[in-house]
Amino acid sequence: MRPTPEHFLALFEPRGVVVAGASGHPGKFGFVALHNIRACGYQGAVFATNREGTEVLGEPTLHSVDDVPDGAADLVFVCTPASANPDLLRAAAAKGIRAAFIASAGYGEAGVEGRRRQDELVSLADDLDMLVVGPNGQGVISTPASLCAQIVAPYPPRGRIGIVSQSGNFVSSFMNYAIASGVGVSRAASAGNAAQVGVADFLEFYAADPETDVALAYVEGVPDGRRFFERLRRVTEDIPVVLVKGGATSGGARAAASHTGSLATDDRVFDGMCRQAGATRVNTIEEAYEVAATFATQPLPRGGRVAVVSTAGGWGVVTADAIARTTLDLFELPGDLLAALDEKLPPRWSRNNPIDMAGGETKDTIPEVLSIVARHDDVDAVVFLGMGIQSNQGRLEREGPFYPDHGLDRIVAFHDRQDRRYTTTAAALADELSKPILIATELAVTSPDNAAVRGTIEAGKYCYPSSNRAVTTLDLLWRHARWRDRRGL
Amino acid sequence: MSSDVAQMDGGPPPVRTRILSEADSKALLAAFGVPFPPEHQATNAATAVAAADALGYPVVVKLNGERIAHKTERGLVQLGLGDPEAVRRAADQLLAAATPDDGDVSLLIAPMLRANRELIAGLSHDPQFGMTVMVGIGGILAEAVADVAVRLVPIERVDAEDMLDELTFQRLLGEFRGEPAMDRDAVVDVLIALSCAAEAHTELVSADLNPVLLVDGAPVAVDALVEVMGEPAR
Repeated sequence: MRPTPEHFLALFEPRGVVVAGASGHPGKFGFVALHNIRACGYQGAVFATNREGTEVLGEPTLHSVDDVPDGAADLVFVCTPASANPDLLRAAAAKGIRAAFIASAGYGEAGVEGRRRQDELVSLADDLDMLVVGPNGQGVISTPASLCAQIVAPYPPRGRIGIVSQSGNFVSSFMNYAIASGVGVSRAASAGNAAQVGVADFLEFYAADPETDVALAYVEGVPDGRRFFERLRRVTEDIPVVLVKGGATSGGARAAASHTGSLATDDRVFDGMCRQAGATRVNTIEEAYEVAATFATQPLPRGGRVAVVSTAGGWGVVTADAIARTTLDLFELPGDLLAALDEKLPPRWSRNNPIDMAGGETKDTIPEVLSIVARHDDVDAVVFLGMGIQSNQGRLEREGPFYPDHGLDRIVAFHDRQDRRYTTTAAALADELSKPILIATELAVTSPDNAAVRGTIEAGKYCYPSSNRAVTTLDLLWRHARWRDRRGL
Repeated sequence: MSSDVAQMDGGPPPVRTRILSEADSKALLAAFGVPFPPEHQATNAATAVAAADALGYPVVVKLNGERIAHKTERGLVQLGLGDPEAVRRAADQLLAAATPDDGDVSLLIAPMLRANRELIAGLSHDPQFGMTVMVGIGGILAEAVADVAVRLVPIERVDAEDMLDELTFQRLLGEFRGEPAMDRDAVVDVLIALSCAAEAHTELVSADLNPVLLVDGAPVAVDALVEVMGEPAR
């Protein structure tokens, strides 16, 4: 069966949800699933079934899906044993339920018998015209519906990234990064054994989903490589796809009569396939989220010319080194930009790119300089460094024995205001000019409550933990922009 | 020579493949626009010398046959032959070096090209994604360096351009030791030609253009090895 957008809406925006196999035991998946749905603010109707009819979380349960009112639910979250599921799906379909998430194990991962059971499940679901996700998956998230139908944590902030993973644990990892970075998620699904629908089906839904701007996928293998490529290629025309592949290096050397055959290893073929399809492949889970968060929060650059703007210090120097390792261009400042900056900056400023502002001059210097640089036609993107230093000092003062006396309260508040202003200005300029402006500081990790970090996050942007990572990510954005540009997209 | 693409492990019978001779490999790929040097076939020393006289010296003489794959390793390539006597001697040696296992053989006589840079390009069948096309930095270190880019067949020009951009050793592709920069359009043409050949010849399993010399920046494939499905030559 080819799932339709209606099937996915039944999964992601159900009118009501049934947890089949709800349990009163807090250690059971049937408890956790119900708990998470009810704890995270889902506004639709929630039903739970339990054969003994025991209360769960202070609410009565239904004896079976047969007791759910007709048309009251679109999604059933299945925690019952595999043997009970065919009857359950038939009963659910009779109630108008169009989607099932199957957390139950005992399918394709469980030997010959499990594979047979999985095949039967799929053909039954096809007959019932029902979307079945899983089995053996961890759940599904949909922030526009405040839906946290999963047997793991966390529940992420709302955002524009659509996630699908062949490992449920990496869905959790991605959502942990969503919480830490403040750049949120629209939908997420653990594909489990991907019996009826797999990664490509979700990517196609995300491409059409008005809640989703970027897709993020973890894959271990694709069953029909050629077909996967063709589908991926169509998805990337609509939205960027960030892809991380597990088991990339496990493919052994193959016997090949040709040199080409021995050079075209599994991993290089996969990598070339991604590049050809316009998908952005990265090597780590951490980088995957960072790149997806960047696609979700920054415009694509129109060119590769980067200006590095730094309040002071060696940051600019190492960032220049990082840029030299990429396809980005640390362009030379043109005369008109030099002259404009001379007017704003003290004579000791670098007069070069990276633009070292040498501490600035007045309380308005930093946002003014950033604005002049970002607005210049030669600038395609900005890496903005040295944010949060003053409010980091403010933190030491606030936590020290002299606070709030000796004028400390006023200066600490001033620094916080300034750092917030600098970073929110950067975010507003990026949006206004449609140019990426990436803020990088290790305070994102070492002091996440720093005013510059908070300002960046509250303005809806990702705060990079190092300039190196900002540059690597920007390079991938530029590569994708180039891919689109060369194909007239 | 033949190889088993699938493993012999009690599963389905392996796909049998055979290789084409260098001359036939080149003829197949040249039809799609892969640039090869002008080349003559000969069956004895006298016709080899006549061919070399026609081409002009120096020349290369190689042993050619449907069951000869790794000529260099077996010493079946003689380079830089500067006069008729050298060609005559090389032709006699190569024909004498042929073994009964090599089947029918002939001699290939080609002009001796000089270049400081080499690429490797080719086709290979991937079990998951089907036919792929590859380009990389060539030469004796090609497999150790492994600076290559791969795409799925068919490719468009823009894909081929991306492939060249993807290579790490870009400096080898620019102006180099007094030679002009690589003619990127011409190399793109080679990759497109490979892709078209793979589409047209579904029996194709792999193809090697190794090396592709950059002669004053222009690509010229001086060797080709095509592998197709089918029973090996007897």
